[in-house]
Amino acid sequence: MGSSSGEEGEEEWVPPSRRPELADVAPLPQADGPCPVVSIAYRGDFHEVMDYFRALYAAGERSPRALRLTADAIHLNPGNYTVWHFRRVVLEALDADLLLEMHFVDQIAESNPKNYQVWHHKRWLAEKIGPDAANSEHDFTRKILAMDAKNYHAWSHRQWVLQSLGGWESELQYCNQLLEEDVFNNSAWNQRYLLVTRSPILGGLAAMRDSEVDYTVEAIMVNPQNESPWRYLRGLYKDDNNLLVADNRISDACLKVLNKDWTCVFALSFLLDLLRMGLQPSDELKGTIKAMENSDPETGHADIAVIVCSILQKCDPLRINYWSWYQTTLSS
Amino acid sequence: MSALGERCHLYLCCFLNRSKLSIRDNLYKFMLLMKDKSGAFRMHDGGEIDVRACYTAISVASLVNILDDELAKGVGNYIASCQTYEGGIAGEPSAEAHGGYTFCGLAAMVLLNEVEKLDLPSLIGWVAFRQGVECGFQGRTNKLVDGCYSFWQGAAIALAQKLMAGSDEQSKQSQPSKLSSVDDSCGTSSSGLASEKSSIVDYAKIGFDFMKQSNQIGPLFHNIALQQYILLCAQVPEGGLRDKPGKNRDHYHSCYCLSGLSVSQYSAMTGSVSCPLPQHMLGPYSNLLEQIHPLYNVVLEKYEEAYEFFSSE
Repeated sequence: MGSSSGEEGEEEWVPPSRRPELADVAPLPQADGPCPVVSIAYRGDFHEVMDYFRALYAAGERSPRALRLTADAIHLNPGNYTVWHFRRVVLEALDADLLLEMHFVDQIAESNPKNYQVWHHKRWLAEKIGPDAANSEHDFTRKILAMDAKNYHAWSHRQWVLQSLGGWESELQYCNQLLEEDVFNNSAWNQRYLLVTRSPILGGLAAMRDSEVDYTVEAIMVNPQNESPWRYLRGLYKDDNNLLVADNRISDACLKVLNKDWTCVFALSFLLDLLRMGLQPSDELKGTIKAMENSDPETGHADIAVIVCSILQKCDPLRINYWSWYQTTLSS
Repeated sequence: MSALGERCHLYLCCFLNRSKLSIRDNLYKFMLLMKDKSGAFRMHDGGEIDVRACYTAISVASLVNILDDELAKGVGNYIASCQTYEGGIAGEPSAEAHGGYTFCGLAAMVLLNEVEKLDLPSLIGWVAFRQGVECGFQGRTNKLVDGCYSFWQGAAIALAQKLMAGSDEQSKQSQPSKLSSVDDSCGTSSSGLASEKSSIVDYAKIGFDFMKQSNQIGPLFHNIALQQYILLCAQVPEGGLRDKPGKNRDHYHSCYCLSGLSVSQYSAMTGSVSCPLPQHMLGPYSNLLEQIHPLYNVVLEKYEEAYEFFSSE
């Protein structure tokens, strides 16, 4: 592993005890107390690096050699948040080159893409660099997401960059691309929701809702078993049940799906929500539900919502407890 | 979740060394320093802010009896802002609904007595759909199941079970019943709903009282199916538990699979039933684990000892 930040190459690693620049430093052992319990058997190089780190840390040193040592410690354990914190303190004291630093942390992040500390460090750096960092940060998260399209940290970082540094222009196109690659990618649907509600260039939910409903209904028709667009559709009408009930496209979509597959749980569930919000079922809808009821001769209730709920208890047996409870909430 | 491990370590320390005053005092000061202006908490000095950190701070503060209005201020609003259009809770505002953060968010809100700021039916609806055909829970929509979510999602539902009133108690809609731990001794507000200014909330007592009430409703997930996943898919023949077959065992998954199993075994106890019945459990009755406190993920008996210890002066 390299001993200096940003330096690549196959040079041999020199342990701190044999580095001239650290000759005057007295390594500080870990304070385990008089009777250590289940002591960790640290590897030799780890032990030594941390002893030297502790010495510089305790002394409050803010030097280039301290910066170099934190790189060693980070390579040995990128999860040590104390080391990262100290590195930030030293970076500030030295007024270090932040772009070089971003290159350093990106290398760590690529091999540790689910590590909280590296992403937090990136966020701290990007904030300091400012709007100029937007493009490179978007490029970076795009790279990570190309390897794992659902990496939670990458998405959080991408959202933070958008909201703090900008770069909204091509984001909807990016979402479209990801959904073309995998329409089941719920992270991409979630990102879409952010854009549709918060993007300064798209006009907000009210302006976007109409086209989004069409987009989502189409996705549902192609894959009625895909939960993501169903939830997204619900989300488009969050806090506005009346508008949801009034949008015929929604109940039509449920009906179309159920006519092809009367056991589709998402369609039944959505329908149930609509009914509870006051949807007046059309004759066609009533007909479809009655047909389902006839498939299950046990039900004989008058209330359409209760019928749908009992159908769900049969079609979605894994959630029988949930649907039974749901039924108790459907009162007069 | 190393902070949680540290919390258990702290708990142990307190029992071994009864200088609780200085520990609580320093802990309180530290937590206040970790509070961000948004109301949320950082994981450490200069660290990241998210729902996980909020839960860690609030649950430890509650357990150690140092939670007060100062620490609680603004956290509820932050967590509420993290509930997504899907119904679950994300790590940060606008991020994706996720099982781990959903548990952390909900549990913290219960401990803060601010559950009414969440859309609980929407949350329950999301969590219930996280149980997949494999019978275990997934962490997010359209992702794979993982044994650890047996706890994160299972316990979230278990919490909701205590919060949602049964159909014969409440009227039309299922309103979450707000826990009343309002101290009326000063002669202030006597209503069940604590308003921020006029009542004194005994925060630590919330966690204690939570387990004194029985479940109003039965499990909202398929508890036997979950136990099937844990016992048949998550167990490693050599011992320990895992994410899923093909993954290696580790302590994190061993912990959360077991906690999830316990939650599941005790989830069907309603009304006056005092212990799980054989039909609620998969396998022989000897499979029964100790009950955990779903807000803290600590064995209930141990939690009660801790509560006594930290509430006495």
